[in-house]
Amino acid sequence: MDTAAVIENLKNYDGPELKLMEVCGTHTASIFKSGIRSMISPAIKLISGPGCPVCVTPAAYIDKCAGYAMKKDHILLTFGDMMKVPGTDGSLSDLKGRGASAELMYSPFEAVERAAAHPETMFVVAAVGFETTAPAYALAIEDAKVRGIKNLKFVTALKTVIPALSLICENQPDIDGFICPGHVSVIIGIRPYERLAAKYKKPFVIAGFEAEHILAVIYDIVRQTKKGEARAKNLYGNAVREQGNIKALDIIKKHFEEGPAMWRGLGIIDRSGLYLKNEGYFDGGSRGLDADIKLPGECRCKDVIVGRINPDECPMFSKGCRPDAPWGPCMVSGEGACGIWYRNRKA
Amino acid sequence: MKITMAHGGGGKDSADLMKNIFGKHFGNEILDKMEDAALVDPSLFCNTKKEGMGKIACSTDSFVVTPLEFPGGDIGKLCVCGTLNDLLMMGAQPLYITCGFIMEEGLETDLLERIVLSMAETAKEAGVKIIAGDTKVIEGSGGLYINTTGIGHVPSGREIGAANCKKGDKILLSGTLGEHHSCILSARMEIENGIRSDCAFLSDVANALLDADINVRTMRDVTRGGLATVLNEIAESSSCEMVIREKDIPLSAEVKGLTDILGLDPMYMANEGKMIAVIPEKEAERALASVKKTAHGKEAVIIGEVSESLPGSAADTAARVTLITPLGGTRVLDMLYGEGLPRIC
Repeated sequence: MDTAAVIENLKNYDGPELKLMEVCGTHTASIFKSGIRSMISPAIKLISGPGCPVCVTPAAYIDKCAGYAMKKDHILLTFGDMMKVPGTDGSLSDLKGRGASAELMYSPFEAVERAAAHPETMFVVAAVGFETTAPAYALAIEDAKVRGIKNLKFVTALKTVIPALSLICENQPDIDGFICPGHVSVIIGIRPYERLAAKYKKPFVIAGFEAEHILAVIYDIVRQTKKGEARAKNLYGNAVREQGNIKALDIIKKHFEEGPAMWRGLGIIDRSGLYLKNEGYFDGGSRGLDADIKLPGECRCKDVIVGRINPDECPMFSKGCRPDAPWGPCMVSGEGACGIWYRNRKA
Repeated sequence: MKITMAHGGGGKDSADLMKNIFGKHFGNEILDKMEDAALVDPSLFCNTKKEGMGKIACSTDSFVVTPLEFPGGDIGKLCVCGTLNDLLMMGAQPLYITCGFIMEEGLETDLLERIVLSMAETAKEAGVKIIAGDTKVIEGSGGLYINTTGIGHVPSGREIGAANCKKGDKILLSGTLGEHHSCILSARMEIENGIRSDCAFLSDVANALLDADINVRTMRDVTRGGLATVLNEIAESSSCEMVIREKDIPLSAEVKGLTDILGLDPMYMANEGKMIAVIPEKEAERALASVKKTAHGKEAVIIGEVSESLPGSAADTAARVTLITPLGGTRVLDMLYGEGLPRIC
């Protein structure tokens, strides 16, 4: 079926109301960018899930990174969005004005190069991400080991998607199907979703990032629910292989081990974190974050992250909380549900 | 509050800073118009009021781009074109320019001379004289920052301003988006590609419209903050809403490839040689034909129109620009939030 026919079909959908969760922040962005919500029946609700690594990073982690950034002869390196996430004492960007050394990096390999060029400075990498970014950190560590670099640390807040999806399925039984992340699935393949589909009796369909890909996946989920099917499918076949990327999975296994992880808004989820194992001086101390600061009473990020409410249903949305003055983490990141909703809100 | 890089991004944070600190203390009837260039009445300098003298246009801009030289230009060409384009956008003929150099110790004089030569050549081509200058040296590591101020003349009777747009007016874009931003980003990330900055003096495009007697409502060069921010600023000044069509907005294949990979949005990317003009509907085809004959407007297109005039001056913060996506969906385009890419111009 071509895209025009898919749009026509979804526009005319007249079945019971359906709630579909797009797990990945890049999907949320693409859905807004292409105006998918305006093209399909209002009976098909798209809700934004926990798939932005910045959004689920707890303030306590920011505080830990800030501690390094304030230390003499230390430079903290991080991806752009992390600079704006509020910690207990402001964001890394705020702290820069108070003497913290926090700089943007484009890839972990840049950190290795900088550490090699400036042995007198300790470079600390804020290693945030999902399964997609973990292999790059692992390769950077291997590179640093070979070159005998010791002035480099990784503070990991790496997370895995499947345990969070299980938690959402347990707590949000009214979600009818899941649009599964493309990049993460390139690494983990389709098997983990098959287990979720069998256990929770819902469709889990992997999507690419073009509007056409996402529309095709929405169509497939709608079709499955009509027929009472609950299958895991891969509609991003040119990038995702069934078994995933075995090389990447191997290098993750070699350098990381699973452990409980703190998700902002969700609390601790068992076995959802990836921690460095036996990496000695490379380990910047990532374990043991078991508490998080309290967000302002009205902040509903935790409900947004699990799809219980849409961002504009939060009482702080666009009032106390905006992209230029964010409270909750979902407003901070370019891939966070609240930030995306704000930038695309109607006049 | 402390200044963060977001305050230099050209979006919401920059606008708030202008309003809350500079505007608060500097405010006057000329500055408060917040146009690309200020317009001053020259009859103030004469004993007798003379009709038909037009106005003096004045604009100032500082340039902090890294790297100092990039494919398609350098900070020298950029600092002349950027300031002169701001004069052009008010309908002015640029005449003079001044320059202030802040040099960090360690700056190579060979590099400095290349940049100065580039400024001289760009000014000569534009027909403007460099009439004053200043240098200062500070500690640092070989960096260079340049401030330029331009002076021009607006002929009598020319009324161009961001508050003039009306329902039905067409929006003309002079060419492809994203080249300068992509070029600087590629240089910083050491990505090799063929993308060159679009840095250019836009007199051919602006004059094509004015010489054809098009009743131009407003013109803007599409710099920091990108097309989305520029259109929102105009829509706010004119109390109107705008609709533009994504499929009509030209992008080069290389810029599209880069933005797809990096997740960037061309609607928010900076350009240094592109402008938009808002034109009455009846004159749009004639305007487009004139612009397409120019060197910097060959790929010009009409991308949309002013869809609605709003009653009064609704002072809310809601976005006023809607984008129709290629698949027929709609997307609200707001101003740029946050910093975009630092030190780009």
